[in-house]
Formats: sequence, structure tokens, C-alpha cells
Amino acid sequence: MAEPVRSIVVLVAILVGVLVTAAGLIWLERRLLGLWQDRYGPNRAGRFGSLQVAADMIKIFTKEDWVPPFADKPVFVIAPAIIVVTTLLSFAIIPFAPHIEIVDLNIGLLFFLAMSSLSVYSVALAGWASDNKYSLLGGLRAAAQMLGYEVFMGLSLAGVVMLAGSFNLREIVEAQTKTWFVIPQFLGFVIFVVAGLAETRRIPFDLPEAENELVAGYHSEYSGMKFGMFFVGEYIGVTLISALIATLFFGGWLGPLLPPPLWMIIKTFVFICGFILVRAALPRLRYDQLLEFGWKLMLPLSLINIMVSGAIILVAS
Amino acid sequence: MDQKTDILQQLRLRFGDQILATQITHDDVTTLWVQKENAHAVLRYLKEEISDPFRMLYDVTAIDERLRSHRQDQPDGDFTIVYHLLSLDRNSDVRVKTSLTGDRPNISSVVDIWQSANWYEREIWDMFGIQFEGHPHLKRILMPPSWEGHPLRKEHPARATEMGPFQLPEEKAESLEKDLQFHPEEWGMKLGEEDTDYMFLNLGPQHPGTHGLLRIILALDGEEIADAAMDIGYHHRGAEKMAERQSWHTFIPYTDRIDYLGGVMNNFAYVQALESLAGIKVPEKAQMIRVMMAEFFRISSHLVWYGTFAQDLGAMSPVFYMFNDRERVFDIVSAITGGRMHPAWFRLGGVSQDLPRGWDRPVRDFIEYFPARLAEYDKLVMQNRIFKARTKGIGAYTLDEAIDWGVTGPGLRACGLDWDFRKKRPYSGYDQLEFDVPIASNGDCYDRAVVRVEELRQSLRIIGQCLKNMPEGSYKSDHPLTTPPRKENTMKDIETLITHFLSVSWGPVIPPGESFFRIEATKGANSYYLISDGNTVAYRVRIRTPSFAHLQMIPNIAKGLTIADLIAILGSVDYVLADVDR
Repeated sequence: MAEPVRSIVVLVAILVGVLVTAAGLIWLERRLLGLWQDRYGPNRAGRFGSLQVAADMIKIFTKEDWVPPFADKPVFVIAPAIIVVTTLLSFAIIPFAPHIEIVDLNIGLLFFLAMSSLSVYSVALAGWASDNKYSLLGGLRAAAQMLGYEVFMGLSLAGVVMLAGSFNLREIVEAQTKTWFVIPQFLGFVIFVVAGLAETRRIPFDLPEAENELVAGYHSEYSGMKFGMFFVGEYIGVTLISALIATLFFGGWLGPLLPPPLWMIIKTFVFICGFILVRAALPRLRYDQLLEFGWKLMLPLSLINIMVSGAIILVAS
Repeated sequence: MDQKTDILQQLRLRFGDQILATQITHDDVTTLWVQKENAHAVLRYLKEEISDPFRMLYDVTAIDERLRSHRQDQPDGDFTIVYHLLSLDRNSDVRVKTSLTGDRPNISSVVDIWQSANWYEREIWDMFGIQFEGHPHLKRILMPPSWEGHPLRKEHPARATEMGPFQLPEEKAESLEKDLQFHPEEWGMKLGEEDTDYMFLNLGPQHPGTHGLLRIILALDGEEIADAAMDIGYHHRGAEKMAERQSWHTFIPYTDRIDYLGGVMNNFAYVQALESLAGIKVPEKAQMIRVMMAEFFRISSHLVWYGTFAQDLGAMSPVFYMFNDRERVFDIVSAITGGRMHPAWFRLGGVSQDLPRGWDRPVRDFIEYFPARLAEYDKLVMQNRIFKARTKGIGAYTLDEAIDWGVTGPGLRACGLDWDFRKKRPYSGYDQLEFDVPIASNGDCYDRAVVRVEELRQSLRIIGQCLKNMPEGSYKSDHPLTTPPRKENTMKDIETLITHFLSVSWGPVIPPGESFFRIEATKGANSYYLISDGNTVAYRVRIRTPSFAHLQMIPNIAKGLTIADLIAILGSVDYVLADVDR
């Protein structure tokens, strides 16, 4: 196959795969939550409710797409697109198998961190553009929250980078042929999972949305597909973080017997289910508690992690 | 009795013949009359100077006396204001009444003695049109600002059919909407500090965190609450007015819906007040059935609180588990009563029917099933570190504040006071049951939760004893005023047949008098103050609910905290808006 054709096939496959996964998560999350909460979840449309996604899509596409007259219209329209675009772009650097990836970027990990920083604009701008006090508070919380977790998120990955000697995700996976990085970098793994939860703004860090406090937070004024974009954006985010955890700490596509892409998919789904389980199990932090938690506990921990990892690498070499 | 004469003597000594009269009622509350001018001084004396003072303003209400015929032993007047004080040190109550004359009378406010009088006086203004001089914010509280008339006055119609068809033309809708606009100055709220302007956030009446129709207006500095004002009345249905047109018997189902999570717990206070008025003694079996059902509803109500409180803090799952368990309680309730949330099961003189055959099995199953679940919930909610971080030290008030604001129930016990009306004033055989009164010490959101969770276990213990010791006998008294009267008596002679016919068609005629009964309801002290004028309907029914008092103090404890904390406080206080507005 000619190289450009192959790239396009891979690109389309990953794009479709990610979008289908994100849509499927709507169903998966509701079914899993139902299972854990002693209830059914969606089980009417299709077998086991599998057509629920289709029903949701039809509903969300045909709903009135309303822009409040008091909103800042251009920003209001662009905001939901930002989150989808930035999270989708992040997928470009994730290797699903030795040669199945969109770009083999030398600064892959930095690219992901940059995109994740950008995605918070979506929420902050949505909150601002809605001209609604609840949305505004949601947007403010998102911005503050970003300051809380973004720092230790980057630092938590420094250990992985040091061990692999590269920012390139493919090389990071290849460096895990002997041992997965979750073993030498367990602390880094834990910190990254926490940061990932905050990044996707899910319980216990769903402060910008915080239904019980802010009604629907930053997307209170959104309806139809614009709301759907936030929704899908969240699920793409969950998939992204799960894929990254698998890649950075659990050897990505590496594994016996099964073909590499399947390993990658299995690992990703395990973490996705983990994310859903966390949502079923935990209450929400208050926003100053999140900041305190980030700056006073997670940041020092990730710094210690870097120092200890660095020292060990130095001694070993 | 000693205490009663003691209070009277002390008051007579201090105020001489400013104390006009004492009144005999069907309850054991000392009732005395003072002149309007002296009321304020007497109340201050009772709160601040007398030994073992009456520190809690339990209730303030009014009576429109203009159409009442049986009040020969009382001073003349068109309206009566009733102050009901409670002393926790003495474990006794006193009722101070003062009569007002004229169509639009006025009296000086007691807000300077008890802050908690604020809402009570506003309610009286709203309902009776009585002015309180010196009140900081005498505005309508339950009715909309544009309402014409004062509903509990006797000339105000009780039925929509007496009022002409309702219309809502555009201008009226607009003006109604305009009435609801919030002007911080009117509420005595500042617009900002020196270098900050507050953001005013309208939380409710439709909001996922308010558990019903409640409007809180927050003055925010960032996310910090600088000031808060509460606007209630969105759930007002005029239960007290309805009581004046329903027969004594047909009002029972209305009480179920006062605290709509409490079910028969509401019946409990009402029928006991009525029974003391009618002089009915309830058979032992009926008493125990009542206790058992009331405790089932305590469990059901606390389960709703437990789940929704966790939900308020963002925990998604507990509410489903707890509603499932509540469904098990409802299965038992419906097996016994046929109803679920509002079975209206208690009757004047007993309960509606005997326990069905085999009632004990589901009850026993539940007693075996539930403790393990509670242990699981402890792990899931109470021991969760985020839950603790969100609730410990948040929304705390001291015991003194609690008493001052009229807090009762779990909210009072969370401050460390071992006060439960089931123990302190046992009724319906509670004195023969073994149970503990759980307390906690800090009075914060977490401690209120600790108390309620332990109460679930204690309620289960009480139900277990009811199961073991359910007495034989009748489920309803033989007294002629019981409702519905017993059918067996009808066929004996014409006299009993006529009595039966009248009691069923018109309802029983309750002898004139006044009676008050208070129970430890799910959320605190709930009481019914009934006034009969010797008729088939009540002359006046006053429903004192715990939620009203508890809600009033929330702005005070929320200041300086964040929105997220406010939601935690709302959840921990466990109010029901229907219980607030009635």
C-alpha cells in the first residue's frame, strides 16, 4: 500500500474508532452505573439497550439548537468545538500498534500536554460566553481547577520520560518491553490517574459542572448538539486518558498471544471502566480542597517522584 | 403540677396583676394571659431572668377569635397572639397569650428577644394582617407579595369556588413576575464591600440542590457567601386553612402531606392532640401499631435524607441503594396499610384496621436484612474521606444557637444535648420501649449525619420490640367519638344507629377546648395545636413544623462559606419544603 493511502486509512480508522468508542461510552457508562447501582440502565432500545446511542444521537441532533439572546454568540458557538478538536488532536500521537499511529511525533507527550491545556479554554469560554451566573462560576472553577492539576500532571510523567529517554510515545512503549512502567513509576501512575480525572472533569473533580451546586455549570445554557459536543468531548477525554495510561504505564500494545491493537484496546477499556467505577463510588471535592490537594499534596509528591527516579537512574547508569 | 404553680407564682410576684388570667387547656401546658403592653416584658423575663429560663421560642401563632363562641374563660379580643415557649432545663412549656382588638391590630415585635421570631411574626402578618412594630422586615412570607387579604382571617374564603374564576392576563403575569424581582436593599443586604461588588445569585426556586421549591438569594464574593436571604412559600397549600373546613376526621389525609416524607408520623401528632381534646383513650395495641408504623416512616424518611445528602455532595450511587431499601419499607407499609407514602392510616381513637394476618414475616425479614446494609452505607458514605472533608466543621452551630433558633430533633442532638421528646415526654407507650438517643458533639454537617444514621438503627430496635411484644386487643377505642365509629354498635338500638349515622356523615362533634400535642417527628418537634369550638370542624389548627425553624437559621450558618458548603448544609439540615410552608 502506498504510504499516503495507508496514512489516510489509519487516520480515518482511528477517528472513526475514537468517535464510535466515545458514543458507545454513553451506553456503556449508563449500563455499568446501572449494574453497580442496583438498577437496569437503558435496556429498551435494541438488545440490552444497545441502540440507545442511536436514539440519543437522533434526539440530540434534532433538538432545537438554541443560542441565548444574551450570549456572546461567536464564542458561545466555538467553545464546544474546542474541547472536541483538542481531545481528538491528542489522539494523533497515540500508537495503537507498532506502525498504527497518525504521527510519530518526537515531542508526543508535550503535544498531549499542550492540547490538554487548550481544552480547558472550551469550558472557561463556554462559561464566560453564556452570560449566566452559574455558567460563569463553572467556567471560573474550570480555570482554577486547571491551575490545580495541570502542573502535577506534567510532572507526574517526567519519570516515564526519564526512564524511556524520550517524549515519543512509540519509544516509550518500546522501552517497556521488559517491565511496564507502572512498576518503577507506580507513584507517577497514581498521580497521573488523579490528574486525568481532573482533566476530564469527572467526579470527584466535576466541579465546573457540579450539578447539585451549579445546576449544570458551564453548559447550563447549551442545548442540542452544542451540548452534545461537551458530552462527546468528555467521553473522548476519558478514552484519551485511558489510552494514555495504557501507553505510558502498561506497555501499550505489548502483550502475549493477541494481536497488538487488541491489547491496546483491551487495556484502554479496562481503564475506561475504572473511570466509570470511580464516578459510581466517590463524592465531589470542594474547589478549594481540590486546589489544596493539588498544590500541597500532589505537586510535592510528583517532585519527590522525579527526584527519586532521577537518583535511581543516575545510580543505575 | 408543682412546676406549673411555681412559674405562675414567680410571674405573679414579678408582674402582679399584669398577668390577667390563666386558662385550662386539655394539654399540660401552663397557659396565661397578659395584656398586649406587657407581653414583651413578660416574654423577656421568661427568657432571660427567671431561673431555668424558657430559652426556646417554640412557636408563635395567632387566632382569629371573632367568630368563636366558647371562650368565656378568656379575656375579650378580636385576635389572640400565642407565644409558646419551651424550657429544656425544666422540661416544661409555657404558653403566653395576649389579646388584640380591632380589625388591623398591632403589637410590638419580639425579634429583639428571639431572632427566630422573625419568620413566625412575618407568617402572622401574612396570615392575619397583624402588624408587628419594630420588626426588621415585615413582608409576606408564604403568600405571594400581590395577594389580597390575609388567608387565615375568618372572612377570607377557604375555597377557590368562593373567589371567582382565576384569570391571568398578560399585565398581571408581568406584574407578578416583577414582584419577585429581588432588591437587596429591601432585605437589608449590602451591595458590596468597600472594593468589591457582590454578585447576587438566585438559587432556586428551581434548583437541583434545594430539594424542592426554595429560593435562596446569595450575595457572593467570588464563591464565598457574604450574605443570604431565603424566600419560602412556593409550597404553601394553606393546610391550616383547609383544617377549618374539613371535618376532624377528613383532615387526617392532609396531615400526611405536611412532611411528605413522614407519612403517618404526621397523623400521629394530629390524632393524639385530637384524642386529648375528645378524651379518648387509645388501646394498647393501637398505640403499638402506631409506634411501629411511625418508626418505619422514620426509617423511610431518614433513608431519603441519607441518599440525597450523599447525592448533594456528588456521590451518585448511595441514593439508589437507599431508595431501594426505602422501597422495602414501603412494601411493608403497603402490606399493612394499602398505601405507600401517605397511607393516612391513623384514626381518631386508633388505627384504620387491624394488622393483617402474617404481618410479622416481612417485618422480621426487614429487621434481619437492614443492619448489614447500614454497615455497608457506613463504609460507602460516612467513612469516605472526601465525604468527611466536605462535611466536618461545615455548617456548625452551637447548642446555644440551636436553642435560640428553635432547633429540635437530630439537629439539636448533634450539638450534644440528649433531647428526644420520645424520652422526655413519652407518648403512645414509648416509655416502655428500649432505645438510645444518639448524640454527637460538634453540631456540624457530619455530626447531624452521624445522629441520623444511628437513629436508623434505634428505630429498627424499636420495631423489633414492637414485633416481639405486639399486644392482643383492639386496634381502635370504643369511645363514641372515634372515627369512623365502630360498626358493631350500630345495630343495637336507634340511639347508637343515629350516633353512627351522624358521625359518619358529618363527622364527630368534638367538645370545645384547646389542646396541643407534640411528637418527635422525623425532622424534629412537630406539633398540632387544635382549637375546637364544639363543632364538626376545627376552629383553628396550628401546625408547628421543625423544618420551618431549621430553615430560618440557614443563612446565619452559611455566611463565609461557599456555595458547595451551602448545598452540604441544606442536605444536612434535612427539611421538607412542604413541611416548611404547610
